[in-house]
This record gives sequence, C-alpha cells and structure tokens, in this order.
Amino acid sequence: MMMMIARTRTWMATAHLSDAVIERCLQLAAWSAVTTLALITLFILREGMPVVFDRGPMAFLGDVRWAPTRGHFGLLPMIAGTAVVTAGALLIGLPLGLAGAITLAELAPMKARLVLKPMIELLAGIPSVVYGFIGMEILVPFIRERGTLGGPGYSALAASIILGIMVLPTIIGISIDALEAVPKSYRDGSRALGATQWQTITGVVLPAARSGIVAAVILGMGRAVGETMAVIMVAGNAVQFPGSLLAPVRTLTANIALEMSYATGAHARALFATGIVLFIVSLSLNAIAGRVRSGKRASFA
Amino acid sequence: MTDKIQVRGLDLFYGTFQGLKQITVSFPARQITALIGPSGCGKSTLLRCLNRMNDLVAGVKITGTVMLDDADIYAPGTDVESLRRRVGMVFQRPNPFPLSVFDNVAYGPRLHGERNPVTLRAIVNDSLQAVGLLGVEGVGLGQPALSLSGEQQQRLCIARALATAPDVLLMDEPCSALDPIATAGIEALMQTLVARYTIVIVTHNMAQAMRASHRTGFMLLGELVEIGATERIFASASDERTRDYLAGTFG
Ligand SMILES: Nc1ncnc2c1ncn2[C@@H]1O[C@H](COP(=O)(O)OP(=O)(O)OP(=O)(O)O)[C@@H](O)[C@H]1O
Ligand SMILES: [Mg+2]
Repeated sequence: MMMMIARTRTWMATAHLSDAVIERCLQLAAWSAVTTLALITLFILREGMPVVFDRGPMAFLGDVRWAPTRGHFGLLPMIAGTAVVTAGALLIGLPLGLAGAITLAELAPMKARLVLKPMIELLAGIPSVVYGFIGMEILVPFIRERGTLGGPGYSALAASIILGIMVLPTIIGISIDALEAVPKSYRDGSRALGATQWQTITGVVLPAARSGIVAAVILGMGRAVGETMAVIMVAGNAVQFPGSLLAPVRTLTANIALEMSYATGAHARALFATGIVLFIVSLSLNAIAGRVRSGKRASFA
Repeated sequence: MTDKIQVRGLDLFYGTFQGLKQITVSFPARQITALIGPSGCGKSTLLRCLNRMNDLVAGVKITGTVMLDDADIYAPGTDVESLRRRVGMVFQRPNPFPLSVFDNVAYGPRLHGERNPVTLRAIVNDSLQAVGLLGVEGVGLGQPALSLSGEQQQRLCIARALATAPDVLLMDEPCSALDPIATAGIEALMQTLVARYTIVIVTHNMAQAMRASHRTGFMLLGELVEIGATERIFASASDERTRDYLAGTFG
C-alpha cells in the first residue's frame, strides 16, 4: 500500500516535472518570437534613424526626387506608388473577396464549400514569384497589346490586378470567419419576419459581421503593402509619381529589394529609412485590424 | 368562436424521423393556446409549421393542411414571406439584431417596402407602445438593442414581430431565459395582446400554461394527445397520459 502511494507520488512528480518543462519550452518559444520582433525593430531603427535625424524627415517625406547617390532621398514617389497599387488591389480584391466569402459562408451547398474553401487556402500557398511570373507572361502583354489600354504593360494596373488576386485568400478567409460567427438566431429572427435569404444577408448578417470584414480588408491591405516579388515583376519600377494607371510605378518594398544588393553608405541607410516607413505602415494596419476584431468578439458574448 | 388556424392531418418528417404524427388541431382567434409536453415531443416543430419556418431545415417533408383563415399555407404558390409577416414569431432566447431599437422594430416594415420615415416612425412608436417599451428610461430609439435587459430585449422582439401587423403570434418558450419577475411581465403583456392577436405559446412551465392560457394542448412523441380548455386539462384531463404527465411534473 505504502509502496503504491509512493509510486503514484513519483509518477505525479514526473508528470508535474514534464508539464513544467513543456511550459518552459513554450514560454521560450513565445519569448523568442517577441525578442526577434524587438531585435528587428531595433536593427532597422539603428540603421535607418541616423540618416533620418541627419537630413531631417522632410528630406524623405517632402521630396519627390530619389537619387541617393546624389543626396536626394525623396520617398514620395514610392509612397504614392504603394498607395496607388494598394488601393487598386483593394478595389479589385474587396468586391471579389466579399462575394466569395458570402457565397462560401451563406449560399453554396455544403459539398461545394468543402471543395472551394481548401482551394482558396491553396491560393495563399502559391509562392509570390509564381504570381509575378503569370503577371509578366500573361497580364503585362495583355495590357500592352490591347488597343484601348496600351503603355508598356508594366504598370500600376498590372500590379493592382496581381495584388488584388493575392489578397483574396486573406479577405475571404477572415470574412468567412466573421460571417460564420454571426449567430443563427439572427438569421432565424430575420427569416421569421418575412425576409428572404438575400435580405437577411444584407440586412442582418453583413452588419453583424461588419467589423470582422473591416479587419479582413485591413489585413488584406497589409498583405498588399508588404508584397514585394510579384510587384517588382509586373510594376515596371520606374521612380516617378504614378501619373496614370498604365504607367510604371515603384513601391516601397520594391525600392528596398531592387537597390539593397549594391547600396552602400548613405544610400543603404536611406533604404533602411524606407524600411522604417514600411514597418510603421504594416504594424499600424495589423494593430488596427486586431483592435477591430477583438472589439467585435467582445460584443457577441 | 372562430378558428384562426386549422391544422388537419399534419405529418412531418426530418429525414426518416417522424417528428409530427397526424396532428389535427385548431387555434381559436384571439385566444392563447399553450402547448406543453416533455422535451423533444415536437412542440417547437408544430409551432414552426405554422409559419413555415421548418421549410428552412434541410431534408424536411411535410404533408397535411394548415388553414390560416381560409387558405392552406402549404398550398403551392403560397407567398411564404408574406405568410411570415402575418404569423409573427418570438424565440426562446431574445434575439434582437445588433442594430438600434428603432432599426430592429423597423426591420420588418422596411422588408415589406415601407420607406416613408413618418410612417416608419409611427409603426415603431405603436409597436413599442404595445409592448410597454415606449418612453421607458434607457430604451431610446437610437439605443443599441443589445444594451437592453433580457426582459426588455424580449419585449423588443415582440414589438419587432408586431411591427409587420400580424394576426398570429407564435411564442416558443418566450420566458425560459427570463427571471420570474420578467416572466410575469411578459405574461401580463400577452393578456393585453390577446385582445388583438391569436397567440400560440410553447412552454415548459405548467404554472405558466395554467395562469396565462385559455386552452392547453398536451403533446407526446410527435402526437397531440389532447387539447381543451386549460382549467379542464389541469383539473380532469381525459387521457391517462396527460394526467400522468401533469401528476409527474407537479408531484
Ligand atoms: N432540424 C432537425 N433535424 C432533425 N431532427 C430534429 C430537428 N429539429 C428537431 N428534431 C427532432 O424532432 C423532435 C421534436 O423536436 P422539437 O424541437 O419540436 O421538440 P420540443 O418539444 O420543442 O422540445 P423542447 O421542449 O426540448 O424544445 C426531437 O426528437 C428532435 O430531436
Ligand atoms: Mg422546443
């Protein structure tokens, strides 16, 4: 009897011990992620801030000339390029994504959902260079050779379309979660008042899921702002204010990726300053999306 | 006493499971009929047949007739949306939409094409008045409906159903999520509403059926065992199964 109790004790002790070890490992993993983020932030700031202090922020944010070897560090063309391309991507991705999410979450029969949802998730797994490749081979020539469009083909339009497709998995996935989180009792209540299915979707389901959908759009935006490779391949990358959708543009990400390999001195640090701008935009978008989503979750409870 | 609803030979199948068996029953106009019976006996199912909410369940099959006034609501070509406007429903848990009080009550009339703000305002006021929410402190028209108390939410849901000008109100355990005081409030409200509406209520609360209804029907395993004046059912039910059930739940 005593033996058994003693044995159970040691068994429990080892169980506790292994629990503790696992807990430690998980903590370590969590902290290393946080630390990595902190180190990246520090690194970018350390490399980029001196040149910002040196020349003043207006040298970056108030100048349209980017010629780092000759002392011009204006990021405005790239900021505008990123803005145009992102807005274009949302203009394409938002209606398509929302339509897709509504179809999948509300309208499609169960069987179709089981096939379509994994396919959309697959879309997120395609490497961005493949999107860029398709854009170069099909989209760019298409834009160039259509009489009504014209231009070099490498353009803000091409980048917007490619990005519009690339943000779909983000927008659709998160919107579906938001739509599925809407309680069935809302739908029943609406139908019982004589609403059709479509009236129920527009009258109750979408308003109830609104903040989740807003979060989806903001995260999609973050994805568009941060995308690099596919954009470089189709945007043309000329440093100029985007005067037309058919003209080439350069985004912030492209600016860094294209020049980092050979930049030295102030030029390299100016690229880090580009990184700071990008970093702030991305983190803000994520923070806003997080806020919007958690606010909603609290109100359903 | 005219019958508002007459159900004849109603069978309902969920797939292969028969949820309702040969239900024949009438609901007199401007009376409260209570449906009682053990869990899973088909009370909600029967109620949901009366506004065709069961149509929304996949794999459901319904035969028999349900006459509302003089028309069979299961006849081909029936406009189900306008049927549901005439037969309002209140659910077990208050389910106001996450919109303002005004938008909740105006939801039904807007669906059915009412756009005039003056008319909408009048409908909302009348409906809130009817359920005793008009001018209540903390229940402004612009207030989010989800910020109301449980009882106020349930009253709002009743107002929302009244706003489409129904003849019939179906209530599926409307007080089961409320405390006794709120329950008494809703029961009192039913007594005022019954002057204008035909009410069918499902309840698990025998005392509620006894207090609040004119007629009581007892269901068991998908059958309507018996139905009659509430005092008679509770004092001297004619079917042994009813007597056993009432003895069991009270004893
Ligand atoms: N959507 C459905 N699909 C399949 N079976 C169902 C469905 N809804 C109800 N049922 C079955 O039909 C029977 C009657 O259900 P119903 O909800 O009408 O019972 P109830 O008397 O209202 O019970 P309760 O008092 O628990 O609300 C139950 O056996 C239930 O399992
Ligand atoms: Mg029920």
